[in-house]
Amino acid sequence: MIAWTIYLTFAGAFLALLFPRRLARWIALATTASGLAITVAMFFYDDFDLRTFDTVVRAPWVPALRMEYHLALDGISLTLALVTALTAVSAVLFSWDVEHRPNEFFFWLLLVVAGSFGVFLSADLFLFFLFYELVIVPKYFLILIWGSTNKEYGAMKLTLYSFLGGALVFIGILVAYVAAGSLDLQQLAQFPFSPQLQRWAFPVLFLGFAILAGIWPLHTWAPTGHVAAPTAGSMLLAGIVMKLGAYGALRVAMNIFPEGFALWRNWIAVLAVFGIVYAAAVALRQRDLKFVIGYSSVSHMGFVLLGLATGSALGASGSVLQMFSHGVIGALLFAVAGRMIYPRTHTRDLDQLSPLRLYRAMPFAAFTFVVASAASMGIPGFSGFAAEITILIGAWKAFPVAVWITGAGVLLVAAFTRRALIKSFFGETTSPAETPAAEATPTLAPITLPEKLGAGLLMFATFAVGLYPKLLLDRITPAAEAMRFLQP
Amino acid sequence: MKYLELLRLAFPEAHVAGTAMLILALGLTRQNRNAGATIFPDRRRREGNPSATNICSIVAALGLTFAIISVLRLPPTATFSGGMLVITPFTSLFKIICLVLALFTVILARTGKAARNQPEYLAIILLATVGLMLLVGSEELLMIFIGLELTGLSLYVLTAFDKTDQRSAEAGLKYFLFGSTASAFTLFGLSLIYGMTGTTMLPAIAEKVSAAPLSPLLFAGIVMTLVGFAFKVAAAPFHLWAADTYQGAPVASAAFIASGSKVASFVVLGKLVLVGLAPWHGNAGWHALIIGWMPVLAAISALSILVGNFVALVQKNVRRLLAYSAVAHAGYTLLGLLGGGPEGFTATLFYSTVYAFTLLGAFGIISLVRQETGGDDLEDFAGLRTRSPLLAACMTIFMLSLAGLPPLAGFFGKFFLFSAAMRAGENQGLLWLVALALFGSLVSLYYYLIVLKIVLLEHPATSAGIMRVNLLQRISVGLLALLVLFLGLMPEPLVARISASLR
Repeated sequence: MIAWTIYLTFAGAFLALLFPRRLARWIALATTASGLAITVAMFFYDDFDLRTFDTVVRAPWVPALRMEYHLALDGISLTLALVTALTAVSAVLFSWDVEHRPNEFFFWLLLVVAGSFGVFLSADLFLFFLFYELVIVPKYFLILIWGSTNKEYGAMKLTLYSFLGGALVFIGILVAYVAAGSLDLQQLAQFPFSPQLQRWAFPVLFLGFAILAGIWPLHTWAPTGHVAAPTAGSMLLAGIVMKLGAYGALRVAMNIFPEGFALWRNWIAVLAVFGIVYAAAVALRQRDLKFVIGYSSVSHMGFVLLGLATGSALGASGSVLQMFSHGVIGALLFAVAGRMIYPRTHTRDLDQLSPLRLYRAMPFAAFTFVVASAASMGIPGFSGFAAEITILIGAWKAFPVAVWITGAGVLLVAAFTRRALIKSFFGETTSPAETPAAEATPTLAPITLPEKLGAGLLMFATFAVGLYPKLLLDRITPAAEAMRFLQP
Repeated sequence: MKYLELLRLAFPEAHVAGTAMLILALGLTRQNRNAGATIFPDRRRREGNPSATNICSIVAALGLTFAIISVLRLPPTATFSGGMLVITPFTSLFKIICLVLALFTVILARTGKAARNQPEYLAIILLATVGLMLLVGSEELLMIFIGLELTGLSLYVLTAFDKTDQRSAEAGLKYFLFGSTASAFTLFGLSLIYGMTGTTMLPAIAEKVSAAPLSPLLFAGIVMTLVGFAFKVAAAPFHLWAADTYQGAPVASAAFIASGSKVASFVVLGKLVLVGLAPWHGNAGWHALIIGWMPVLAAISALSILVGNFVALVQKNVRRLLAYSAVAHAGYTLLGLLGGGPEGFTATLFYSTVYAFTLLGAFGIISLVRQETGGDDLEDFAGLRTRSPLLAACMTIFMLSLAGLPPLAGFFGKFFLFSAAMRAGENQGLLWLVALALFGSLVSLYYYLIVLKIVLLEHPATSAGIMRVNLLQRISVGLLALLVLFLGLMPEPLVARISASLR
């Protein structure tokens, strides 16, 4: 049944392209909502064994090359499919008023969503790679046509970085395919690759994926891309696309080359920790609200990589939980900055926002941003806390020093989030001269219903997982324990 | 008796050649009647005679269609005169592919500027097609050379066909000079191979020398032969004609050079190196370099990928851009031959076929845009989306397929090629070339996206209205785009057919 998320989304994409422009957004909403319904139903459907990566659909595709159309599902895939569906629904809700070429907009948007579902469910390496590369071009057009701020540069940079990552992944996949003679992920995860091969093939494959996950120092596409993208594009980028890289690293790179992973994992941890601290420090100095959030994405994804580097079931589970959590929180932050604030004030500059004291004009937006910031800072009760604490506990045994440094990084995260929050919504009027301007602002357009629904959905998700992380962890941890790369 | 046998086996070729003659005759009678008594060409004549043009196009299309049917009716396997003319499922398949490409070219020729003297133009396209069919259907060096020359000479004329355009004449001359020099090299190389082995049959050559070491003289012969083919497929450093020819020639000629001629050349090159010269393959692996044709092709391939992609980056004319991208694609396609074996050959053939269909479609769009705006520079494509959404969508499909993005045929083709190359040799010897090709793809993505940016984002320079695209053109371009999409999603039919026919 879960396979229908892919088919429905592709079908929805083409329908959105062909139907009259007024219907496009409804088609997109119906498509993404049914995707969400399917994943949620699958989530509470107990008969399917989520501990192992079990086949859902399997059919021969190109027998001459041993390619199969093969989809499978376990707890990790399902969690990521769920965050994809959540982000997709809210991204459609937050682009409800797209009037410029709406058919194409929802076409490209749904292609990203469909490709991401495909990546999370593929059990054949070629199929996986096909979906993985399929996501690249829609992002380019989303940013190029509907973006803002330096969009041509941001779009091209993001696309070329993604494609560079894709090329590295391609080499890694080819090496595994040629050496093992198979493209089946389950078979490849059993195949004994020679240590010499793993020593060089693992870093190539891992780095390819990690570029998309925003690993330092190849993360620079992320902030510029996020800033240039339209709101729904940023939400998809932060919520889904960065997860594709992290998921690929976990499912493909680490699982088929476990010995290579054991050799290189210390370096991954170093880069991850550096990324967390560096991106947080950079975010502290940004003036554009979207840049702050863009760098916070890089910082949060650093946690994911750190969790993966631990090579323990706990760390990996924490990583997956963090992918979910950041998907929801990142999307929420971008939604507030790009959809609620910018169209109403026409600025994202923190110094200009500060005297506006937006909390009076937009109480709902302020509330949403407070929730998202609290979750982003890692305050207990939200999903971010549950995920980060799991990762840090998992990392304690392997990299105690890294945990200390990351602890400092968490402080920086809290600092820049607080700064952004205060400046954007709760600024103090510094001089009396600016007070009239501040008084004039409460004429901003009210928050619309789709915006409220989208924000409500994401806030509910981060609350639910924050208060009861077992909901996800019960499904993630058994799947993580079945992985091959676990260190003794 | 023997001539009857020849006529039976070469019926498709004879059919196409006969159609060419018929069209010439038709054109002659029609034109004379319309020209009346005036000696000086009046305006009506310069514009071409629509009814004659239409009739000739229809006759050409019918002739090609019947030729496809007669290829299907050939016996599954037959040999004439020890390999002069060979019929196998493989040759039949590629004859059909060449005929289909010619058919699309004939449709394309209806929009070109070469409407003047259209009958002669169509007849020469058909003659070039005969050359392609001879090339595909022979395993004998002399016949191969005759096929090469027949194709080559027809294409030189097609390139220079637009008498009113200086660029066309320049392109024709360049193509001719480079082409005849390359032919001379090939002929010399073939004669050396013949001199060393005493036979012109490809399988016999391989048998004769499977034990003999590779002598310097023979190596010289091999390299010279490869030069001619590198010229045909526009691989660097023998690509210098490509940019001017693609840009200057009438659009249909350029499309045919880029598609049909290229496919047939790869078929023959593959047969030559994988059948005839198989014993001297050598090794192009970075840690086990052994002299033979493989290192030569590897060097050509690497150079093509680098030169093609980097020069294409700065082009402002779409046809010129496609010419340099063609150089790069020739480089990728050679990877399959370096992979060797039936699988590598299948990959090369699949990719060149897909590439041919893609380029035909792209040139179809270019000719329509040219008809509308009078040029084919990048800015002439601005706002194509608003002028013709269908053409913009098709252009998106063609460009993304060339860049190798899923779910289009170019993506699967590249995966197939690169995996074949990786499989060759032990210890990933060709990794260096695969990595280079991937790097080249990364560079190429940039210029394909620039084209698409202009098509989908920019506004038309002038207040151009909706483009008038007639039904036939719409169908042919749309069909090619669907084919590219279909072969990306379901490559199995073509792959299985090629690899079965190679067995």
